[in-house]
Amino acid sequence: MLTEFGKALIFIFLGVIFVIIGLFAAGLLRPRRPYPEKNATYECGEEPVGSAWIRLNVRFYVIALIFLIFDIEVAVLLPWALVYRQFALFGFLEMAVFLVILFVGYAYVWLKGDLNWDKPKPEIPGVKRTIVNDEEVDNMDVFVDDDEMTE
Amino acid sequence: MGLLDQRFENGNVFITSLDGLLNWARLSSLWQMQFGLACCAIEMMAASASNFDIMRFGIIPRATPRQVDVMFVAGTVTIKMASRIKRLYDQMSEPRYIISMGSCATCGGPYWEHGYHVLKGVDRVIPVDVYIPGCPPRPEALLEGIMKLQEKVRKESLLKKRA
Repeated sequence: MLTEFGKALIFIFLGVIFVIIGLFAAGLLRPRRPYPEKNATYECGEEPVGSAWIRLNVRFYVIALIFLIFDIEVAVLLPWALVYRQFALFGFLEMAVFLVILFVGYAYVWLKGDLNWDKPKPEIPGVKRTIVNDEEVDNMDVFVDDDEMTE
Repeated sequence: MGLLDQRFENGNVFITSLDGLLNWARLSSLWQMQFGLACCAIEMMAASASNFDIMRFGIIPRATPRQVDVMFVAGTVTIKMASRIKRLYDQMSEPRYIISMGSCATCGGPYWEHGYHVLKGVDRVIPVDVYIPGCPPRPEALLEGIMKLQEKVRKESLLKKRA
C-alpha cells in the first residue's frame, strides 16, 4: 500500500512528466520564425528603452529582509492566537521567547541604522598616496581607495 | 524546433487528419489580446460579460502578446497608435489573427475624410483576417466575426507547405 509520501512522489513524477510532454509537444508543433521585432522585449507596444538588467539599490534588499522577518512573525502569530487557549502558559512563554529574539534583532537593526534610508557615506580605510616609489606601492598592504585620490 | 511546421506535401491522409485535430484545438482556444482602443472596446467588454460570454468560444483575455492568438483592433487607430499596433502584432506568437472591429479600424470610419490623425484602416499596417462592420458593432456582430475567424482557422493547414 502507498504511504502518504508515496502519493506525493507520484504527484511529483506526474508533474515532471506533464511538463516534459507539454514542452515536447509545443516544440514539435509550434512555428519557429523569429525576427528582431518579434524577439524584442514586450513593453506594452512601446519601444523598449535601455536594458532590462538595471541595477537595484542594495538598500531595498535590507529593507525587504527586515520586512520578511516581521511578515513571518505575523504569519506565526495568527495561528498561535487561534490555539492560544489550548497551550495556555506554555504557548505564551514559547511565543514570548520567539518575540524577544525577534525584538533583539529589531533593536540591533535599529541601532545599526539599517532602518534609515539615508545613510552616511561609509568610511573606507585607506591612506592618501604619498609614495612615489613603485616598490613601496607593491609592498604596501593597506587598501588605497582610487576614488579618494581623484577627489 | 518547430519540426512539423510546414514540412509536408499535400495529399497525406495522416497529416490532413492531424491538421484537423490541431485546427480544432486552435479554433476552440483563440486567446485574445486584452487591448481596446475606443468605444468599440466597450462593446468588446460587453461581449466578454455574461450576456454574450465570448469565453464559451475559448476566448480568454491575456495581457501579453506572447500568449495570444487573436487581436481585436477595437476602435479608432490613430497614427500615433499605428506603430504600437504594428509592434504588438510583431510580438504576437504565430499563428496570429487580427479582427478589425468597427468602421474606424476598418477604414477610418467617421474620420475618413477629415481625420488628420486617424489611420485610414488598420490593414495599412498589419494584415487583417476578419472585418466587422458597425459603428460600433454590437456584441452579436463581434460573435459572428469570431465564428468567421473560426471557419478560417478550420480551413487552414499548419503542416502543409505553403504554395
